[in-house]
Amino acid sequence: MALVLNEEQQLLKDSAVEFFKEYLPIDTIRQLRDHPDSEDSQNGYKKDVWQKMGEMGWPATIIPEEYGGLGFGFVGLGVVLEAGGRTLAPSPLLSSVALGASALLLAGSEEQKNQWLPQIASGEAIFTLALQEGPAHNPRLITTRAEIKGSDYVINGKKTFVSDGHIADQLVVAVRTDGDDNSRKGQSLLLVDTKQAGVSIKRSVMVDTRNMAEISFDNVTVPASALLGEQDNAFAVIEQIVDRGNIALAAEMLGSVQEAFEQTIEYLKTREQFGQPIGSFQALQHRAAQMFCEIEIGKSLVMSALNAVDAGGFDIPYMACSAKVHMCDTYRLVSNEGIQMHGGMGVTDELDIGLFIKRARVVMQMLGDENFHVQRYASLRGY
Amino acid sequence: MWYFSIISPVVFWQYMTLCQIVDEGGCKWPNIDSYIFYPSFTRRKRYGQLSADCDSKEALEAFAEETRAWLEENCPPAMREPVRSDDDMCWGGRKWEFESEDQKLWLERMVAKGWTVPTWPEEYGGAGLSKKQEKVLFKEMRKLKCRPALSSIGVVMLAPALMKYGTEAQKKEHLPKIARGEIRWSQGYSEPGAGSDLASLKTAAEDKGDHWLINGSKIWTTYGHKADWMFCLVRTDFNAPKREGISFVMFDMDQPGVTTKPIHLISGTSYFCQTFFDDVRAEKSQLVGEENKGWTVAKYLLQHERDTIAMAASGGGKKKKPIEQIAKETYGEEKGKIADSAVRNQLARFQIREAGFGLTLQRMGDEAKAGSPPGPASSIMKYYGSELNKDRRELMLNCNGMNSLGWEGDEFNNGEIARSWLKSKTNSIEGGTSEIQLNIIAKRVLGLPGVVS
Repeated sequence: MALVLNEEQQLLKDSAVEFFKEYLPIDTIRQLRDHPDSEDSQNGYKKDVWQKMGEMGWPATIIPEEYGGLGFGFVGLGVVLEAGGRTLAPSPLLSSVALGASALLLAGSEEQKNQWLPQIASGEAIFTLALQEGPAHNPRLITTRAEIKGSDYVINGKKTFVSDGHIADQLVVAVRTDGDDNSRKGQSLLLVDTKQAGVSIKRSVMVDTRNMAEISFDNVTVPASALLGEQDNAFAVIEQIVDRGNIALAAEMLGSVQEAFEQTIEYLKTREQFGQPIGSFQALQHRAAQMFCEIEIGKSLVMSALNAVDAGGFDIPYMACSAKVHMCDTYRLVSNEGIQMHGGMGVTDELDIGLFIKRARVVMQMLGDENFHVQRYASLRGY
Repeated sequence: MWYFSIISPVVFWQYMTLCQIVDEGGCKWPNIDSYIFYPSFTRRKRYGQLSADCDSKEALEAFAEETRAWLEENCPPAMREPVRSDDDMCWGGRKWEFESEDQKLWLERMVAKGWTVPTWPEEYGGAGLSKKQEKVLFKEMRKLKCRPALSSIGVVMLAPALMKYGTEAQKKEHLPKIARGEIRWSQGYSEPGAGSDLASLKTAAEDKGDHWLINGSKIWTTYGHKADWMFCLVRTDFNAPKREGISFVMFDMDQPGVTTKPIHLISGTSYFCQTFFDDVRAEKSQLVGEENKGWTVAKYLLQHERDTIAMAASGGGKKKKPIEQIAKETYGEEKGKIADSAVRNQLARFQIREAGFGLTLQRMGDEAKAGSPPGPASSIMKYYGSELNKDRRELMLNCNGMNSLGWEGDEFNNGEIARSWLKSKTNSIEGGTSEIQLNIIAKRVLGLPGVVS
């Protein structure tokens, strides 16, 4: 697959860029943050805009046509997320589609897919993945247990930092049905309705004003039909879901990084000191040029990773690690340098660069930071 | 201005090899180390006759079959062995001593076919192949592991400039000799006082009617002591602004007044020279482009040099023991992992960057195919590629431990790792330093302003 967008994908990208500029400009984050009692702020996203996104077909991008989707593939989802990254657009697109729909597509039965995918595609149902249990991503550590009672599963335990957890309708919960807390074997995935008795959800207010939740399960009982994929053998599927999630995150990060970088370059051209634009100083020019190179490398890795998912090859995990590591490094660099190059203005709330650095650290942590993925990459390569 | 221009033969050989490698597209993890992409945007303009007939699927298949048969018959087995050192490369020229009878035979046979420059017209010593036929030829050569019959600065660097700016008489005189490996060329760009600021060059050309008399000195002239002719930047007008008084001339180095002195490098080799001119004669008929407009020709040629270096940096050369295996042997292995976790992380980070670089070359090729203008891609790739190559060589030291620092003897393969590491230091200096590349990116791509004086 070529590493350039085709005409259809380019159109999708252009319309997404326009859409986010109009409906979820970067000030949305400030509005949500500064009016904590408003309904939007409590939700952490704008329901009416999410509905419009549904009408535009964006949650339907990766869902095949037979399940009410558009069959645009991951490249399609990627360009929309990249566009959203430019305005830090808050929406459950990543949780519901990259994670939720992927879980169903990878492990769901025909019945589960028929039931849920059309609802995800239209935006009616919001899904997310409840995986993490501690402060850092560690997919082996699952202590939330599901006991088998008759034909039901009874879930007890707690999940942390579930993205969009408090607005989700359905959770894909990673549970332990067998084995030690840290073992790959014995993990299973269960679909749990968030309104189910015993599910308690607490919104965590995070630095980026986006949605994370702590979710406790107290004797939550679900039927056997809630099992997604095979019992005890979910680890491989979870890794595949997480790979897709990371590739989607890398696409969002790419959009944010480009925007933060462009704003910084603009500042270098306009801010004057010593009688000239500060961008004329070589000390800043070289650092700017180095960032530009890293972003170019990032574009190639993200595009290849999105392509890899659509091609379904064995290289998906390699590409997921590579894209995530590189975008973590690049986002850290560009957000730090963005603040430094804006000087005193960089640490004020007046400019956007502060919003980018806050979001940067959250997306870097989500589903594994660069250290996690460097090590995973080494393991994948057999060293 | 910004450039200075040297090129090491190792880099050059890698490029020649790369030119033979046809992109088969796609990403073949996990053997990323062995990927070599073939970005079409770097290729020089082709002069082959394009006809639908010779490029049809059937015709190309037939051509492949003929080619394979010819190569099997004509490429001596010794010329299918991997290249071990610079000595195995054939550079041609009047002073060339063939390493073996096979090397001579292989060049003669390829020259007779016009296959040292397959797409050049026959009148210039080529075979008039279409681009697709050339791809087939290179692919067949690669399958049989045939060495390039000729490595030539003339082919890769001078010829594109001559094709674009040379007169018909110049093309007829020089291109066939380049194609046949009869004349070996060197490049006279940098001077002791004109490195990154190449346009400040001072080698003087005094107008003597039908010729110039040249006085001055050039440095970093690759294999200057073995070359026959030089293409050279000289100052023909000392009163004009510095970039407007430069001319691009060619002259025979076999004349009184030319002396060359090899420069000994930290890697233990000396393929660079300093060349001195004392009343050296250059005919006016050997001026390429217009008088005082040599800077335009020079820049065009440098574009090719930078692409060459970036490409070479993406290569990595012959198949060897995988670096991760070496690291395991050096630092031990625990549960399949390199026992030293810092080395392990360093290696993984490097390989991710390397993959990103390879994919970026591929993306730029795809963009060019899709019709986007090439833009300043070559500066980005030159910077990133040469920095990456230096990192690769540093990593080789880390992964090999003290073994990497052996200098002589079979147990150290004659210091191959250390010498390659030292040679890699030239990557970010030759063809415009990394700092110059960053200046270009900042100004041309990002549009950052110059200093107000």
